Amino acid sequence: MRRRRHRILVLWLGKTTRSGFIDLKRDPPLVWSLLVTTPSSGRVWIEMVHRILPFLAGLLWASSVVAADFTLLNVSYDPTRELYADFNKAFAAAYQKETGKRVAIKQSHGGSGSQARGVIDGLQADIVTLALAYDIDAIAARGLIAADWQKRLPLNASPYTSTIVFVVRKGNPKGIKDWDDLIRPGVRVITPNPKTSGGARWNYLAAWGYAERKFGSAEQAKRFVGELFRNVPVLDTGARGSSMTFVERGVGDVLLAWENEALLAQREYVKDRLEIVVPPLSILAEPPVALVDRVADKKGTRAVAEAYLNYWYTRRGQEIAARNFYRPRDTEVARQYEKSFARVELFTIDDGFGGWTQAQKVHFSEGGIFDQIYKN
Amino acid sequence: MSTPSSFAAPANPMRAYASMADMTASAPAHPEPSDRARPLARSIDLRSEPGPVRFIIIVLAVSFLTIFVVLPLLVVFASAVSSGIGPYFAALAEPEAISAIKLTLLVAAISVSLNLVFGVLAAWAIAKFDFRGKTFLITLIDLPFSVSPVISGLVFVLLFGAQGYWGAWLQAHDIHVLFALPGIVLATIFVTFPFVARSLIPLMQEQGTHEEEAAISLGSSGLQTFFRVTLPNIKWGLLYGVLLCNARAMGEFGAVSVVSGHIRGETNTMPLLVEILYNEYQFVASFAIASLLAMLALITLIVKIVLERRLDEGQIPRDH
Repeated sequence: MRRRRHRILVLWLGKTTRSGFIDLKRDPPLVWSLLVTTPSSGRVWIEMVHRILPFLAGLLWASSVVAADFTLLNVSYDPTRELYADFNKAFAAAYQKETGKRVAIKQSHGGSGSQARGVIDGLQADIVTLALAYDIDAIAARGLIAADWQKRLPLNASPYTSTIVFVVRKGNPKGIKDWDDLIRPGVRVITPNPKTSGGARWNYLAAWGYAERKFGSAEQAKRFVGELFRNVPVLDTGARGSSMTFVERGVGDVLLAWENEALLAQREYVKDRLEIVVPPLSILAEPPVALVDRVADKKGTRAVAEAYLNYWYTRRGQEIAARNFYRPRDTEVARQYEKSFARVELFTIDDGFGGWTQAQKVHFSEGGIFDQIYKN
Repeated sequence: MSTPSSFAAPANPMRAYASMADMTASAPAHPEPSDRARPLARSIDLRSEPGPVRFIIIVLAVSFLTIFVVLPLLVVFASAVSSGIGPYFAALAEPEAISAIKLTLLVAAISVSLNLVFGVLAAWAIAKFDFRGKTFLITLIDLPFSVSPVISGLVFVLLFGAQGYWGAWLQAHDIHVLFALPGIVLATIFVTFPFVARSLIPLMQEQGTHEEEAAISLGSSGLQTFFRVTLPNIKWGLLYGVLLCNARAMGEFGAVSVVSGHIRGETNTMPLLVEILYNEYQFVASFAIASLLAMLALITLIVKIVLERRLDEGQIPRDH
């Protein structure tokens, strides 16, 4: 019995004298011996295990080394990649200067709704920065975030804002100037799906708010938005997907987009192929930020996460927002960047829709107005 | 040990793989290729087709392949180096790219080696033993092929997510499966499981149990039999299965996308990073990563061709 066990051991582990160098003749590595030589026994397979294990261990070890004192995970929505790349760098530098501690911030981006779902499913976010308050409410409803999260930070916990604008092809061949032009026959409108995309919900509500103000009743607004969505040939799941459909694949005549997204696309990629049309009236989009209490407390990162969010409300933070085409809240910074943003009359989600919870229930829930519109 | 001539040459696993759909628990031994070709040639003489027809068929096949396979591949490489070699390598040296490459290789290494063990075990059980529910087991092995990768990912969210079946327990013990390496590995294993088992089963069934019986009757133990008789016999088929498994493991998008959480520099694999970079208007970087993935696939293909050639030439190294 013991002899047998010993032989199994030798079979598995092989001979254990190693010089540390690979001699192709005497001690060939696995791939080499498989392709070039003719192994004479099953020993070569054991050699493989022998060689791969240390390699795996090395990789595992290498990936577990973290240099920073704190690591924060910021789970955000689609178009904020460039914004947070900029902001994280500035915050990490400022924080180290102030406290001497190094902080590394990891980012995750995706559709606002699916990112919220991820956090609910256990994505270890210290901070969520999503497209709209409803998605953070959904996380709060599971007890991960305090229910009064939107009161914990100034200005509805939205340190930067944006609005919804139109992007058209160079020269504006369809002559699109205002919301009315979007329901003309033959105008193809590109917007993501309001069911999955935060930006798309702002698009939808902007159109609704316009129509309700112009025609004076919810009934008329519903007809207007219905006609608008009849002009939509394809619904992508996220704002970036829609931008790509419009810009890269050349589908559609007008793209409903975040102002920041439109300005970014224009700067980054296609100065000479696109134009931005700002309608006279649009919605004030307030993308909120929040601390995920349960995760931050478990990881012991509450203080640094709070400092991170508060940094948004400093002059420096506001300038970063403005530089990345988000409308700053700070009046001084806003004046400084006045030329970057068109003058638009803005209405808020609280004005005409009674807040996000109400708007979500009436318009985007199962069987809500959007479902009725899109079915017909 | 036994002489090679006492056995039919092991089936080419590539061929066996192609015909695995109709594989049953008791597949008959393949006839020699020449035996198979002769009666076929007599009844339908392919060379009797008129020249133009042959020409059109060949042109169609070649142009189809060119349009759908070669051109896209060329476009990937061309776009990757469109602004020169410098930006290409700069894109690959980005910390995010390096972490994605590392993660992809790590995930592939873990899931392929686990699948190697599971696959050999499953194939061994199915090919060498008779038991109740064998057909059911074969169907089960095929399941990941027929399930959409997105569903494969969602299954793990439902099991390991914070709201999922084991979520509360995992959270209480601070074990992170989802949105971390274990989740990505699990999803990859699930998706790539059939490859190894499927390329071994026909081969092992054809070889039968004679050699093992001989070894055992000569007094070798179970493990000895496995390492000295079975493994050397199936190693080329096994290597082929591992190659396929590896190619898929590195390229898997859907299932991994669901369980990854998209944490940059941490849980983004190469395919995920390709999409992310593309969506960030970083086309060169995106295609650079894509070309690297394509190159890994090409290497796999070359190794496959080498293997195929060895098998076709009958250079199957055998135990003596």
